[in-house]
Amino acid sequence: MAEFFTTNLGVFVIILGQCLLMAVFLLLSAYFILYADRKIWAAVQMRRGPNVVGAFGLLQSLADMLKLVLKEIIVPAGADKAVFFIAPVVSFALAMLAWAVIPFNESWLISNINVAILFVFAVSSLEVYGVIMGGWASNSKYPFLGSLRSAAQMISYEVSIGLIIIGVIISAGSMNFGQIVASQDTAYGFFGWYWLPHLPMVFLFFISALAETNRPPFDLPEAESELVAGYQVEYSSTPFLLFMAGEYIAIFLMCALTTLLFFGGWLSPIPGVTDGALWMVAKMGFFFFLFAMVKAIVPRFRYDQLMRLGWKVFLPFSLVWVVFVAFAAKFGWIGGIYARWAVGV
Amino acid sequence: MASDLTLILPEILLAVYAMLALVLAVYTRKDEVASTLLWVTVALFIAMAAWIGLVRDGSAAAFGGMFIDDAFSRFAKVTVLLSAAAVLLISEGYMAKRGILRFEYPVLVVLAVVGMMMMVSSGDLIALYMGLELQSLALYVIAALRRDSVKSTEAGLKYFVLGALSSGLLLYGASLVYGYSGTTLFSGIITTAKSGEGSIGLLFGLVFLMAGFGFKVSAVPFHMWTPDVYEGAPAPVTAFFATAPKVAAMALFARVMHDAFGGVVKDWQQIVALLSVCSMFLGAVAAIGQTNIKRLMAFSSIAHMGYALMGLAAGTAFGVQAMLIYMAIYVTMNVGTFAFILMMQRDGQVITDIGALNNYASYQPGRAMAMLVLMFSLAGVPPMLGFFGKLYVLRAAYDAGLVWLAIAGVIASVIGAYYYLRIVYYMYFGDTDGDRLDDSRSRVLSGVLMASAVVMVIGIANMFGIEGAAASAAAELVQ
Amino acid sequence: MSVFAFYLFAISVITGGLFTVISRNPVHSVLWLILSFLSAAGLFVLLGAEFVAMLLIIVYVGAVAVLFLFVVMMLDVDFAELKAEMARYLPLALLVGVVILMQFALAFGVWESNAAAESLRAQAVPVDRHNTEALGLILYDQYFLLFQLAGLILLVAMIGAIVLTLRHREDVKRQDVLAQIYRDPAAAMELKDVKPGQGL
Repeated sequence: MAEFFTTNLGVFVIILGQCLLMAVFLLLSAYFILYADRKIWAAVQMRRGPNVVGAFGLLQSLADMLKLVLKEIIVPAGADKAVFFIAPVVSFALAMLAWAVIPFNESWLISNINVAILFVFAVSSLEVYGVIMGGWASNSKYPFLGSLRSAAQMISYEVSIGLIIIGVIISAGSMNFGQIVASQDTAYGFFGWYWLPHLPMVFLFFISALAETNRPPFDLPEAESELVAGYQVEYSSTPFLLFMAGEYIAIFLMCALTTLLFFGGWLSPIPGVTDGALWMVAKMGFFFFLFAMVKAIVPRFRYDQLMRLGWKVFLPFSLVWVVFVAFAAKFGWIGGIYARWAVGV
Repeated sequence: MASDLTLILPEILLAVYAMLALVLAVYTRKDEVASTLLWVTVALFIAMAAWIGLVRDGSAAAFGGMFIDDAFSRFAKVTVLLSAAAVLLISEGYMAKRGILRFEYPVLVVLAVVGMMMMVSSGDLIALYMGLELQSLALYVIAALRRDSVKSTEAGLKYFVLGALSSGLLLYGASLVYGYSGTTLFSGIITTAKSGEGSIGLLFGLVFLMAGFGFKVSAVPFHMWTPDVYEGAPAPVTAFFATAPKVAAMALFARVMHDAFGGVVKDWQQIVALLSVCSMFLGAVAAIGQTNIKRLMAFSSIAHMGYALMGLAAGTAFGVQAMLIYMAIYVTMNVGTFAFILMMQRDGQVITDIGALNNYASYQPGRAMAMLVLMFSLAGVPPMLGFFGKLYVLRAAYDAGLVWLAIAGVIASVIGAYYYLRIVYYMYFGDTDGDRLDDSRSRVLSGVLMASAVVMVIGIANMFGIEGAAASAAAELVQ
Repeated sequence: MSVFAFYLFAISVITGGLFTVISRNPVHSVLWLILSFLSAAGLFVLLGAEFVAMLLIIVYVGAVAVLFLFVVMMLDVDFAELKAEMARYLPLALLVGVVILMQFALAFGVWESNAAAESLRAQAVPVDRHNTEALGLILYDQYFLLFQLAGLILLVAMIGAIVLTLRHREDVKRQDVLAQIYRDPAAAMELKDVKPGQGL
């Protein structure tokens, strides 16, 4: 039996198994973070939130899902059918795809590639296509406006996300998540992680992540007071579910990225305590909590403000930061905390 | 590395100057400082030209052979810098009056000049392309500078689309050359070209490269964009197009032909000769029907490129020397002529119809005389400097055994003289009725016009010593 | 396995390219183009150049093609009419195409790479380095000058876009964030003590 797993077919089976495991994990997470999102939101607004279906409303997401799956799929007249149906699939598939390179623990990942961080960045830069295609194919004004907004918004914030990531890459000297996390493994635990040297960028990254995933306060592509529901207006039933699940998985991906890049991934914050995947999941959960709180607390931006923030504040600031980090790493400023590759990983 | 940087110091200084000027202007009063910026740029260009021409010497390659600093490149750079300075000088008043003097204009011209300097110094196909694109991109923008005018926008767009096409051809050729010679360095290509038994692939690459250069120097049959762009672009920009980029492109042409394909002159000589003869004849014949002086100058420049190419077609050091001298004279004549064109106004409106010059000599005898000298010189009428330029290239072609080309050049020159002399005819013997042109009070314009005319006359004494400079430049290029 | 992947990507590149040209709907054309890009990135991965592959996706698919799509969706161009126009020149275009094709047959038919060229050829894959690192070394060391020139070209493109399109309209209200932040109640408000029955 052991030999079987060294043959081509065996390797294929292993990879398939890993993928399925990851998919199940992601769908379950999406299920629960959707629930958490609503509960947190409700708590901030002093409401109860979902509490009817199942104990504490735990089965609410399941009920919603069943409802959506069983409903009729409505295709608007004049819609571009092929693109209309490809859009949600693209959106969902891309959201899942990026997880292929996200590790939960040392070597707990599907594919360990050298340019993992670029892969994630590339895939998340493709996510805009789901939105644009969906908005355009609906053949209707609001979705189209939503998709145009989304295209401009996601491209704008991708630029600063990319620059922030470059800063971390310079510090770590690698584009592999395993090595990025390993380079944060110091004797100081929590204070050895990249959030401290890259402190301003943590905030920028978090805010850019909100914009990149179309979360409030940057949910202009689907601003209900202006565009009804933006690019999703014409979607119903399963395609809508795919959009929705894709969106939440993408949000969760951003939580994972924040954790890996700035908060030590699976490392334990206290020196001496065992590292492990649980830390990783706990940190991701914490960042999702922050995402949910932002949604509950911060009012929506106006579109011109959003654009100005992206191009006139984030872009110059992150650009200057890359230059700073490059110098700090090269000349070993501040005890070399910007150059972890120099001290050896 | 440090010595490499010393070699490209002029380019670095200009690029840094452009960026500083841009930032300064944006954070101060923007277009209000455009005038100042323009004068500073002119001064910088002249200082640079003096530095490069008089102080710097030697022949060296930098960045692994990608950048070559030799007498040839310095000659071309000085010509480019001085002509750009002259064009900026004459454009200030005209553009300010029409509200298109924006601070980006001098900055873009500086960047274009940096591109041209890279072109003439390139020792590598990629460096060549980079310089060319830097130059062209800046030119596309300034062609469309008057963005509220349909014609100017059309000029910019046409120039852009056709320029992009020619860049495509050039890149295509470059990739073929690279594929068959295994390197992008000219010094490597020449060894392959010499050693191989005329590889067809290399020849193909060469032809595509030449098509690309043909576009840039607007040689027939790649000249279609020239009249429209010259006509549509603002007149000072047209003056710029007609001078500095032509010098740079021609020098680049010569550099690639001799540095990269110097061993196989036979392979490209026929093609250059064909480009040359087509350009001379089309330029001469098509200009006859033109009444718009900017279009007329476009065809005139096509014809002149034909003569310059004749020098290149010779494939000898003397041919390159003749080409360099021809280009220097051509630029001087054109700057003067465009200074005159910029003065052509009636009631403040720009006039481009040559019929408006009727009887000009009776009320502006001095300027008419200067223009007469320039027109004679452009046509190549003997006592003027333009004649000696033509004489040089004809001799180069004759010496190289291209007798038919030299004869064709003489015939085309006779045909072309017709339309130059027609302008003179209008000025001196035109109808006396009709409105006069405005009396332009611009000292700069009339100064440049007069200076250019004077150069055409007294230059025949010793050509201001450029013969020697051109000879040593050519000697370094052709080995 | 990799042979299978190669054919998959290669066919997909060609299909994408083909449909880009023949699609009636311009938006579909762009989408096919994106498929073509993605497959090309796949080919790069097969070549072991994963860094270039990712850059191809990020730059071309993630940014350039999005803007393409953006423009194509916004434009109201009657492509059928354009195509009809094009059909008029088709014979000439075909002639040129056939001539060039024949020339290529000539050029590539006698592909003889001479010895001098072989010796000049750069080593395709550096043996002792990771390919991202090798790329960096070439780009920032050997081709340093060209890299900087490319930067200048982009600067010109940026200046050009601004010069040709930026219009400062006077009648637009703009938000000045700093001014808003620095406003205090003393400057922005006036308190009036209104007596009952009297008004202001």
